[in-house]
Amino acid sequence: MIENLTKKFEDVTAVDGLSLEIEKRELFGLLGPNGAGKTTVIKVLCGLLDPTSGSVHVGGYDISKETTKVKELIGVCPQDVAAYPFLSGRENVELFGNLHAMPKMKLKKNTEELLEKMSLSEDAGRRLGKYSGGMKRRINLIMALVHDPEIAFLDEPTVAMDPQSRHAVWNFIGELKKRGKTIILTTHYMEEAEELCDRIGIIDHGKLIALDSPKQLKDRFKAKDLEEVFIELTGRKIREEM
Amino acid sequence: MKFQRVLALVKKDLKRLIREPAALFMIILFPAMLTLAFGLAFGGIGGNQSVTYQIGVVNEASTVKNPSWAQYFLGNLTRLEILKIQPYPSNETAHTDLVQGKISAIIIIPENFQQSADSYWSAPTNPSQWVNTTLQVYVDSGSMFATQAIQPIIQQTLTEAVYGHQTQSLATPIQISNPSRVLASVTTTFEFFAPGLFAFASIFLTMIVAQSFTLDRELGLLRRINATPTSATEFMSSQVISNMVGALIQAVLVFAMAYAVGYRPKGDFVTLGFAFILVLIFSLCNVGFGLITATLAKSSGAATGIAFIFIMPQMFLGTFVGSALSATAQSVGKFVPSYYVTDALTSLFLRGAPVWSETILFDLTVVSSVSIAALLVGILLFREYGRT
Repeated sequence: MIENLTKKFEDVTAVDGLSLEIEKRELFGLLGPNGAGKTTVIKVLCGLLDPTSGSVHVGGYDISKETTKVKELIGVCPQDVAAYPFLSGRENVELFGNLHAMPKMKLKKNTEELLEKMSLSEDAGRRLGKYSGGMKRRINLIMALVHDPEIAFLDEPTVAMDPQSRHAVWNFIGELKKRGKTIILTTHYMEEAEELCDRIGIIDHGKLIALDSPKQLKDRFKAKDLEEVFIELTGRKIREEM
Repeated sequence: MKFQRVLALVKKDLKRLIREPAALFMIILFPAMLTLAFGLAFGGIGGNQSVTYQIGVVNEASTVKNPSWAQYFLGNLTRLEILKIQPYPSNETAHTDLVQGKISAIIIIPENFQQSADSYWSAPTNPSQWVNTTLQVYVDSGSMFATQAIQPIIQQTLTEAVYGHQTQSLATPIQISNPSRVLASVTTTFEFFAPGLFAFASIFLTMIVAQSFTLDRELGLLRRINATPTSATEFMSSQVISNMVGALIQAVLVFAMAYAVGYRPKGDFVTLGFAFILVLIFSLCNVGFGLITATLAKSSGAATGIAFIFIMPQMFLGTFVGSALSATAQSVGKFVPSYYVTDALTSLFLRGAPVWSETILFDLTVVSSVSIAALLVGILLFREYGRT
């Protein structure tokens, strides 16, 4: 639950009075152009940034006071690939499983399952530095989910992916939802948000300008897709600012 | 603190050490190659190869009647394996050869040497009846051995020849000009260098730590780890452990390479164990300097440059190069921690000082205090300003 969250960087307001409640087991999409404040919201929710004002509770814990409890619940997939190039794909995944203090057997089982689902089993022993961009992004996602978190923060998980890898990730995210995980997904791909999300929050210049299911948003603005919804709301295309 | 997290991070850092070419070179290959190169250049392969130094002697006492003390002293000097005695008829001819580098030093035995020694033995406990004199010594200022070791050797030989061991700490009528406090034996130049090599290798940990932290920050890895339940204590503990392991590998490698090229330090296993512990403590200091560097540096490239602010003074003022520096530079050297590591290791390995001697314990105290302080400052600065 986010209440009146504001985050300022010196004189720049990245998030401006955001209030939002995300239900358990919900797949929530945070949609907006680059620089809208999506990643800042995710960083505050993960305890990586302190809010300037407002309050944030994740899984029932106050992020400012019970940060460690929150970090035990969550898995974070950053927008840019953050993995060690001198480790193999498997070693990167196992490292982050160990940082979540997973039992050895469970870690091994989860690692192999996720590598298989992401079609990376054969290449898992190669060093990450030798991977293609798409493979790195898939490892980046597995590293966030290996410990089977209750809440997953996926920050632009499919950006710069080829269509095949993107659809593989969409299927994977769909499976996570079926298993009852709460997922907060940021994206500026309209079709991704439409395909996956139960509800969408559209954010622009740090403010939440719309919040509803994709269908209801389209119905409300009589739009054929979410791109048109964004144009109706802001008068410009979402990807013009990329 | 969960040991599983610390162990996972340590394993990761050790893999970086082996798999990243830059880290592998700086931590493992560079110290090994440096030791090997120095050993080959200044030491002797396959054992403690004896090196002889040509010493000119002008015996002005030879003209007196019964110059037995002077001959006894010269005989003792000649028997030393390390010196080759070359007699000269005059001071001038000896100086000509010294200037030309043909000899490393000149000893001038004064005309009243015999008289002085006799006066001592006539009244060993009554200095007022002694005939005082001075043994003039000139050394080649460009020779490290000559400047550091020749005078103590002469002092020791003179003491043994004229007075015997028991009079070492008493006043004597024959003085040596400008005596040194160094006690040397059969010594190669490499044996002067070797203790400093241990400190020299460890100093470069500063750069490795700074580069790894700044690179991890650039790649978003520090932030990513921060989004896990890993505590700052667990993370920093892993850094300290992995870098200490790196320093230990370095020290073992330097020792092995030095041993391979003939280096045989004085002391026993206790001495050796103590030396390794000292190097490990010193590695904490370099981890601290690395963290301070990572705090100041905006990128891994900048970290390399800034690291040299810590590396250069330690390298030039506190390791083997220090002994060839001016008196002022050597005084300034006392403000860098590597000086105390080199000093302690030199005392242990070259002079055979026991680990509980005052000098060694003083050096250990300084190195430990500075290392803990540097590490704490580094951790605090990095946590406050360096993580993002």
